[in-house]
Amino acid sequence: MKKVSFAHMGYSYLGFKQLVEDMGFEAVVPASPSPATLDRGVTYAPEYACIPFKMVLGTYLEVLERGAEMIITSGGVGPCRAGLYGMMHERILRNLGFNLEIFIFDPPLTGLWPFFIKLRRVLKAAGLSWLAFVDVVRRAWAKLKLLDELEQLATSIRPYELKRGETTRTFRSCLKIIDQARSQKEIAAAREECRQLLQNIPRDAGRRPLKVGIVGEIYVLLEPFMNLEIEKTLGEMGVVTHRSIYLTQYTATDVLAHGAQDVRQLAHPYLNQFVGGHGQNSVGETILYARNGFDGVIQLAPFTCIPEIVAKSILPRVSRDLGIPILSLTIDEQTGRAGVETRLEAFVDLLRQRREQMEARSNAALLPGY
Amino acid sequence: MQPCYLGIDVGSVSTNVVVITAAGEVLSSLYIRTHGQPIQAVKEGLSRVKATLPEDVIIAGAGTTGSGRYLAGAIIGADIVKNEITAHAVAARLEVPEVQTILEIGGQDSKIIILRQGVVIDFAMNTVCAAGTGSFLDQQAARLGVPIENFGELALKARHPVRIAGRCTVFAESDMIHKQQMGHNIEDIIGGLCEALVRNYLNNVAKGKEILTPIVFQGGVAANAGIRAAFSKALQQEIIVPRHFAVMGALGAALLARDYVNNNRETKFKGFEVAEEEFRAHSFTCQGCSNLCEIVNIEEEGRIIARWGSRCGKWDTLGE
Repeated sequence: MKKVSFAHMGYSYLGFKQLVEDMGFEAVVPASPSPATLDRGVTYAPEYACIPFKMVLGTYLEVLERGAEMIITSGGVGPCRAGLYGMMHERILRNLGFNLEIFIFDPPLTGLWPFFIKLRRVLKAAGLSWLAFVDVVRRAWAKLKLLDELEQLATSIRPYELKRGETTRTFRSCLKIIDQARSQKEIAAAREECRQLLQNIPRDAGRRPLKVGIVGEIYVLLEPFMNLEIEKTLGEMGVVTHRSIYLTQYTATDVLAHGAQDVRQLAHPYLNQFVGGHGQNSVGETILYARNGFDGVIQLAPFTCIPEIVAKSILPRVSRDLGIPILSLTIDEQTGRAGVETRLEAFVDLLRQRREQMEARSNAALLPGY
Repeated sequence: MQPCYLGIDVGSVSTNVVVITAAGEVLSSLYIRTHGQPIQAVKEGLSRVKATLPEDVIIAGAGTTGSGRYLAGAIIGADIVKNEITAHAVAARLEVPEVQTILEIGGQDSKIIILRQGVVIDFAMNTVCAAGTGSFLDQQAARLGVPIENFGELALKARHPVRIAGRCTVFAESDMIHKQQMGHNIEDIIGGLCEALVRNYLNNVAKGKEILTPIVFQGGVAANAGIRAAFSKALQQEIIVPRHFAVMGALGAALLARDYVNNNRETKFKGFEVAEEEFRAHSFTCQGCSNLCEIVNIEEEGRIIARWGSRCGKWDTLGE
């Protein structure tokens, strides 16, 4: 049985594991990225490549050493370098002496025919009919949807938890339950069970958490190791976060369709062209968060990521125009959390003070004569 | 008996200790080097400050800040542990109530804090470059054989400051060396360096921020007359350096501690005796999963008083 692997992005590995296994391959599931993965990636990657490139390379090296023979990954389009990363990875790995098959899937709408040809080759290797494949994809999709849903649920519960860390611990046990569920029916049952577990976490409903939106590049947004667990950290500081990208929603709008056009439309007054990656989205999503009454926005950008640099230089104007505080964090090789934590703490302090001030003002307006 | 409040700012380069009265007056302040040993620095700072205090002082509240704030907080039993941005803002507001812009340059970090009507509305810290300004100045002073205390004065004597690459310290140093070799005099080079660091700060850290007066400049680097002059030249504004500019973080932590315990809370401060006690930090790698987290234990007399570093929360249960 062919050993197949893929990149690690947040919790999606559970969905991809099932997809690969149900296709009839043996899945080499990549471990969550660690400092060792980072060291490997940095050793063999070009210095000015962005951190997602390095981490994914490190992940590939780890799975290849564990015997993976085939890697399935996504490509990309537009000015962002990510579109070329699959090929770069392949060359580097081949130069290191690994004999691997790598399938890079560009979004189907950029070339339906190449997509079809590649997919047919993968299916042939798997010995799977198109009809059976549709069923396999449906199940994996259901799992990915569930993972996204539960991650959001955990994020919305965490700021209310009475015992610090309990939501994170419960979410981890949910991951195990989800891993066991294979059929549509089992996935539905796992959904109920996990929702119950999370809902049962003792909470203080009297708290009034701040609401912060998180925008930026997809990999650093989705992979907690990379963003130093920003959502958990903020959650435990009493902040409800909303991420602008969840994998299934992104796939639906950007991979299978022509991008989140409404969000990009919103960005137009500030940035009227596609600059690659999520640059334009970061601007549009910030505007959306401001309109939806969020207290602040945090932008996560890999060091040297051009789309996010473009967005970063525009965001101060958005912040001024719409009156929403924005914090930009640049993510690179650092594994020390102190710097990021300091900035997050200070940002949360700022948002709290700002809210108190605004409330004091509106109270004064409400109670004339007092 | 006089209730006072203690603030400690443990930074990468210096550790500062401040004791204030209930009215916010600074009774004692101390600036010592961290030398990469924060535990040692906190202990030394405590015992030296204790020696300067009147007999009747009792510490009614204690706060810590700076990059070593959690470590210091665990050691002394702090009532409040706050990030340095908030602490700096609180202290600046005490000295200059109408302050709208704070420029803060320390050993490792550079920050800008924007306040309006006394509330912090925006801030930025150096991300990838403009780091280590204070340490870099120290280093260059040593390389040029100029005592750091005279560095700023020399900069003021520059007649034609040389243009030095500001981008980051690696570029700045090699550019400085090239300019020296061309025969520029030392005053002009130092003057140029001050301008380069200020230009870099304004272009990278303060980029996109609206700098309004009053402008307060604090942190250890504010002692440098050359940098102060470069700031007022670049901004075309008066720059205010507060009295306690070098220990503003610690002052802020003390003020925050005062306000925190003011609601009649009992302080958790363990007393100056902790300076005599034995603290040890030791770390191990948790093998529980592929994250391989580095867990740090802080031991006081053989008893674990704090622990951090795990991502999953497995080791977080201490003290609950």
